[in-house]
Amino acid sequence: MEAYLDNAATTPVFPEVRDIMVTVLEEDFGNPSSKHTKGIAAERYIKDARDIIAGSLKCQPKEIIFTSGGTESNNMAFIGTAIANRRAGKHIITTRIEHASVHEPLAYLEEMGYEVTYLPVDAAGRVPLEEVEAALREDTFLVSVMYVNNEIGSVEPIKEIGEMLHGRNPQILFHVDAIQAFGKYKIIPKKMGIDMMSVSGHKIHGPKGAGFLYVRDGVKIRPILFGGGQQKGMRSGTENVPGIAGLGLAVKLIYQEHAAKREQLYAWKKMLIEGLQRYEGVTINGIDGILLEETAPHIVNVSFASIKSEVMLHALAEKGVYVSSGSACSSNHPELSGTLQAIGVRKDLLDSTLRFSFSVMTTTEQIRYAVEAVGELLPVLRKFVRQ
Amino acid sequence: MYQAFLVKYAEIGIKGKNRYKFENALCSQIRHRLAKIEGEFEVTREQGRIFVEAKGDFDFEDAIEAMSRVFGVSAISPVQMIEDKSWDNLVKEVGDFVEAQYEKRDFTFKVKSRRSDKHYPLTSPEICVEIGGCLLERFPELSVDVHNPDVFIWVEVREKAYVYSKVYTGACGMPLGTNGKAMLLLSGGIDSPVAGYMIAKRGVFIDAVYFHAPPYTSERAKQKVVDLAKLISRYTGPIRLHVVNFTDIQMYIYEQCPHEELTIIMRRYMMRIAQTLAKENDCLGLITGESIGQVASQTMHSLAATNDVCELPVYRPLIGFDKQDIVSFSEKIGTYETSIQPFEDCCTIFVAKHPVTRPEIKIIRRSEEKLSEKIDEMVQEALNTIEIIEVDG
Repeated sequence: MEAYLDNAATTPVFPEVRDIMVTVLEEDFGNPSSKHTKGIAAERYIKDARDIIAGSLKCQPKEIIFTSGGTESNNMAFIGTAIANRRAGKHIITTRIEHASVHEPLAYLEEMGYEVTYLPVDAAGRVPLEEVEAALREDTFLVSVMYVNNEIGSVEPIKEIGEMLHGRNPQILFHVDAIQAFGKYKIIPKKMGIDMMSVSGHKIHGPKGAGFLYVRDGVKIRPILFGGGQQKGMRSGTENVPGIAGLGLAVKLIYQEHAAKREQLYAWKKMLIEGLQRYEGVTINGIDGILLEETAPHIVNVSFASIKSEVMLHALAEKGVYVSSGSACSSNHPELSGTLQAIGVRKDLLDSTLRFSFSVMTTTEQIRYAVEAVGELLPVLRKFVRQ
Repeated sequence: MYQAFLVKYAEIGIKGKNRYKFENALCSQIRHRLAKIEGEFEVTREQGRIFVEAKGDFDFEDAIEAMSRVFGVSAISPVQMIEDKSWDNLVKEVGDFVEAQYEKRDFTFKVKSRRSDKHYPLTSPEICVEIGGCLLERFPELSVDVHNPDVFIWVEVREKAYVYSKVYTGACGMPLGTNGKAMLLLSGGIDSPVAGYMIAKRGVFIDAVYFHAPPYTSERAKQKVVDLAKLISRYTGPIRLHVVNFTDIQMYIYEQCPHEELTIIMRRYMMRIAQTLAKENDCLGLITGESIGQVASQTMHSLAATNDVCELPVYRPLIGFDKQDIVSFSEKIGTYETSIQPFEDCCTIFVAKHPVTRPEIKIIRRSEEKLSEKIDEMVQEALNTIEIIEVDG
C-alpha cells in the first residue's frame, strides 16, 4: 500500500489537468503573442484560466498576474512594491514563521536599506493582532503575513489584520502568502483587506511551474522581469500556456463542492491525530488550546520522542508512507525549523518532528495505514536510541 | 585541424619482454575511453608510440580530456601527419604547422627529430639543422635556443612523417588490466574514492562494495555512493558496485555488544563481507581509504583489530596522508564536491559517544562470541540480498 501524505510539499495533478495540458502541448502549442489562429487559440486558454481564478477570488481578471509559482509571486510582491513605493517608506512587517520565499527576498531588501520587523507567534503559531498593530510605524509601507503556515498548519488572523490595517492607514499594503491556504479556504481578497496574494498551482493538483499573484487594482507595483511586455508588461516572458491552462482548471476543480472536501480533510486530520496520540511519546504540535477547526485542515505536525525525523521518514518511506521532515522545500538545509522553535517546541523534539499532509486525493485507508505503520515502527526504532 | 594524436607513456617503456602486453592494455583502454565521446578513432601501435587518428568530425578538447584520464598515458600531443614525406614537402608542412599553431611567431625554439625510416636521405641531426634553418628563413622573428627553448618542434620520420609541439599531461601510472583486480570499500566520504583511484592507477581493475543501512542511511546517501563510483569509473573503467544491506547486522551488534566497541566490530564484519565478495569476484585484495589516526576507528590499534579478520591483503594507499592532502587529491580527480554532500547524518545514532581507540583484539573477539547465535545466518542473508549496480562513467 502507498500513502502519499506529503501534499503540503506538492500534489499529484488532477487527471483532467493532465489532459488539458497534453492538449495544449500537442495541439494548441501556439505562442499567445502570435497573431495567427494558433496564437489566438493559446491566448484563449490564458483568458479562461484568468476568468476562473478571478471568479474564485471575486476580483477582476486584470488583477491576476501569472507567475512561475509561489516563490516568484512572493518575490514580485516584495521587490515590485518596494521599488514602486520608495517614497512611501522603508519599513516592512512580517512574522517569524514565514516560508523562505518570503524571508529571503525580505533579507535582500534589508541589504538594500529596508527595515523588517519579524513578529513572534503564540504557541499555536498565530501572530497576535496587537503585535502587528504595535509594530506599525510612520514609514511602514508593507505588511506580509502567511494565511496558513506550511509546517504546522496554523491559520493566521488575516481578516482581522486586514481590517485593522485598513482602519489605521489604508496606504499600507497587505500581502498574504496563501500558498497553503488557497483551495482549502474560500478567499475573497477585497473582503479581507488583502492587497496582494501569492498562490502556487502545484499545491492544488495543478502543475509545477505555474502560479499567480493577485494584485489589487490600484496597488503600485513594478515588474521584476523585463522583456517582451507580456501580461501588460507586468511579467514578461512567453506565457507558460500549458501550466496556466492546468492551473486554471485545477482552481475550478478544487472549489467544486468545496465545503464537503474541507469537512473530509478535517475528518482525516482528526483520525490521524487520534490514531497517533494513542502511541507513547507522540506530541502533536500547534493544536494545544484551540479547536481543530482553527487550524488548517490538511497539515499535522508530529514529534516522536527520541527518534530522529530522518530515520522515521526513511522507515516510513520503506513502508510506502511518504511524509516530510520540516518543510520539503527547505529540507536540503539540515538546520532546525525556525517555525517549530518559534512556537516553542521542546529542543529535544526539534529534530524528531514530521509533517503529515493530505489532499482531496487522499483516502481513509491511507490514513489508517499510516497510523498502523507508525505504530509498528515506534518500538523498533526506539530500541536503537543513541546512548 | 588536427586529426591525430601521439600518445606517450612512461613506465611501460622499461617492462622488457612483457612490454607488448602493457602496450596492448593501454591501446584497449584508450579505445574504451574514446568510444564514449563523439567521433570515430583508430588507435595504432608503432615502435614505442601510440597513434590515435580521428576519422571524421570530433571534439578536440573532449578527445584530449578522455585520453588524459587513461592510466599509463604520460603525455598527449596533437600531431600533424604528413603523408608525402619528400624533403621539400616536409619543410613546407612543418612551416605551415608552425604558422597554424602559433599566432605570434617570436619565440625561441629547437627542432628535435627521430628517424625510424633509415632509408630517409637525411639523418636525424641533419633533419634538425635543416628544418631549423628553413623555419628561421620563413619566420624571421623566430630564434633558435638549443638549451632552453620556449617551444620544442618535434619531427618524426617513420612510414609517414609527423610534426608536433604541444604537450598535454596524462594521468601517468600503469594501464588498467595489467595488474589484476581489487575490491574497494566505498563509503561515500572523501577518502575512499581517492584510495580507489590511487590503486587503479597502478593498473588494477576495481570493484566496489557499499554498506547501506536503511532507514538509518537514506536513499540519497546510496545515490551519492553510486555517483562517486561513476566519477571514479571515468578513470578506472566499469565498476561493479555491490550494495550490501547492513541494517540487521548493525542492529544485532548494537544489541549484543558493548557500544564503545560497536564501530570496530561493525568494521570487522564489513571487512569479512567485502573479503567474501572479493574472492567471489576474483579480486586479489581489498582497498580502503584509511589513514592512521584520522578517527577513532583508524588508530593503529583499531586498524590492527580490523585487519585481524582479513586474509587478503588490504591496500591502504592513504595511510600516511594528511586530511588536507586527501582533500586536494579528491578535488583534482573531481570527487570532492560529491563526497561532501551531507546525506549520512542519520547513521550517527550507531556511533558511541566514546568509542574505544585502543581496542584489544582478544577482547573484541570475545565480544563477537556474543553474536554467534545468529551472525553467520545474517551475513549469509546480507550476501544473498546484495544489489549490484554497474557503473561506467
